[in-house]
Amino acid sequence: MNYVLPTVEWPTVMPVLIVVVTGILAVFIEMLWPKRNNNVIVGLGLVGLGLAGSSVLKQFGAPDGVTFGDMVVRDQVGLVMQLLLVGICFVAFLFSEGYLREKQIPFAEFYPLALWATAGGMLMVTTTNTLELFLGLEVLSIALYCLAGMSRQESKSEESALKYFLLGAFASAVFLMGIAYLFGATGSLDLNAITSVWPATTPMHHTLILFGVGMTLAGLGFKAALVPFHQWTPDVYQGAPTNVTGFMAAASKVAAFGALLRVLMAAAPLQEFWFPAMFWICILTMTVGNLAAVVQKDVKRILGYSSIANAGYILVAVLSHVKSPDKVGLGSTFYYLLAYSMMTLGAFAVVSLSAKGGKEGTRLQDIHGLWSRAPFAVVCLVVFVASLIGIPPSAGFVGKLFIFNDALAAGLTPLAIVLAVNSVISVYYYLGILQAAFVSEEGAVRNQSAKPGIGLNIAVLVCAFGVFWASFNATWVQKTATGTSVSQAQTVSTTTSPDRMGPSNPE
Amino acid sequence: MTPNQIVFLVLAFIAVMASAGVVVFGANAVRSALFLVLNFFVLGFIYFTLGAQLLGITQIMVYAGAIMVLFLFVIMMLQLHHGPQLKKYQDAKRPLAWLIGLGIFCLVFTQVIQKLSMTSQSPVTDEYGTPKAVGLVLYSTYSWPFEVTSVLLLIGVVGSILLAKRRI
Repeated sequence: MNYVLPTVEWPTVMPVLIVVVTGILAVFIEMLWPKRNNNVIVGLGLVGLGLAGSSVLKQFGAPDGVTFGDMVVRDQVGLVMQLLLVGICFVAFLFSEGYLREKQIPFAEFYPLALWATAGGMLMVTTTNTLELFLGLEVLSIALYCLAGMSRQESKSEESALKYFLLGAFASAVFLMGIAYLFGATGSLDLNAITSVWPATTPMHHTLILFGVGMTLAGLGFKAALVPFHQWTPDVYQGAPTNVTGFMAAASKVAAFGALLRVLMAAAPLQEFWFPAMFWICILTMTVGNLAAVVQKDVKRILGYSSIANAGYILVAVLSHVKSPDKVGLGSTFYYLLAYSMMTLGAFAVVSLSAKGGKEGTRLQDIHGLWSRAPFAVVCLVVFVASLIGIPPSAGFVGKLFIFNDALAAGLTPLAIVLAVNSVISVYYYLGILQAAFVSEEGAVRNQSAKPGIGLNIAVLVCAFGVFWASFNATWVQKTATGTSVSQAQTVSTTTSPDRMGPSNPE
Repeated sequence: MTPNQIVFLVLAFIAVMASAGVVVFGANAVRSALFLVLNFFVLGFIYFTLGAQLLGITQIMVYAGAIMVLFLFVIMMLQLHHGPQLKKYQDAKRPLAWLIGLGIFCLVFTQVIQKLSMTSQSPVTDEYGTPKAVGLVLYSTYSWPFEVTSVLLLIGVVGSILLAKRRI
């Protein structure tokens, strides 16, 4: 055996490196000037994320390839998801400082951990190697476990962290077991080995591969909060600090779907076995998520269940693509992930206003009177809720329409129908949030929302603007994201915008 | 019986007796933990006999060393003297959990394990699993995941500081 150094194409790994190093620098700054305000760290983080975003953007249009001993993949999926993750972290940073200060937990460690979690997500979406996938998953998850429990005075936050940790560790174990079976069957840690090995092997090996794929999907399903594996979601979302919840809801979903997409695409030859299971998981995810949200009385729990339902919608797009990759592109998956990230992150940013003086109430009556204290934020909340419901000139509507068309084109009519029905159910609880925000202060149980800071206003503005921008430039977004001309039927197609993407925003 | 089998049987006997010891001394958690150390240790030796030296060393260092020390610390900190207290919280969940567990076991056994027991093992080279072979791939092909692990450790350090802070 000879020692051969792997060739490295640095631009491909540069975004991850920048994000990781920014996190390390943030820790150094905290060490040099402890217990100061965190504005320097926030600024550094934003600059680092901006750089990482631009280094991702530079690679758009570059040919696909693998580097670092086949550990890192550069393709359209990886690039788009990386850009999304960087954008999510950027927006989360904008409104975090004000919230953490109001909540009296202004720990500077939040920023490096969030940056590393982002890097973990970016690792997950840029690899087909299961070992690397697992490492990325752990980097993302362990950082999130710590962040979920960062509000130590609150028992809810500790409960959230512990639940997330125990169930997450269990899911990781299942995922790892799946990897072990796949390795045993294919003799390779690469996911693509499934595709190449499957036709050549005996039925006995088939059992090994199937078991491996099933367990891998279960592990990732936990991260993406698909229905049989979703129980942790509402509790964790409710207990974690709101900025962490927003970040978690958006970032871990993008990363999990990036990984899920790769596993499903690699396992496409054995569709006949797993497709029925994923089909029903998809229906359950949409339905259970929406029905459970209807009875909730807590804004963060409602948004938690809503994120489960949204995971179902994204899964429809993913399944349509895997079922007939020739007819259905990945454009709708990317588009809806972008729309979902913006509206969820934005909604959580507005909800984070209900923290003041170290206390935080997130029941519906706790955001009563928000309208009179933070009118701008509430106007943006209207935009996010409208988009989550799917009212026409919003990214949420366009995204659902794309997914609906995809499902029909792929011959998955039942999924399209379930999606449409669920969108109608969701109107009820989304409107409940709006109603609570607009109720006048009279009769409010507690009145403790904070004045929105400049960072929060920028964050919600970016998200709200993005929701409209994405809906008016839907075709362009899809084209840019998939890197090809869009051939699907589209009803909403407007003028192609000439302006380039900002380096650091997902829009 | 070949010498290999004799060695394996001796080691396996010790491992089984050690894991039985874990359960027998249920009342004394420290004693159970020490038996677990013995079990891990012997398991490491079984790996050695299979030619997987690195796995054996890792088993002894990580499990018998680091993780068990952690276990002992936790047990001593919790001071679980009063065994009977733990039994107070028994309710209908327990038999139900048994039922569900048995059901899942039957399902996995009939559907998966029976079929898996018939699969043949893929042949590996003699060098497979030796420290040299592992080192060669770890620092070449897998150098990127190897570096990523350092981020994971960093998260462990910074994260534990974050969780230890209460107020500024």
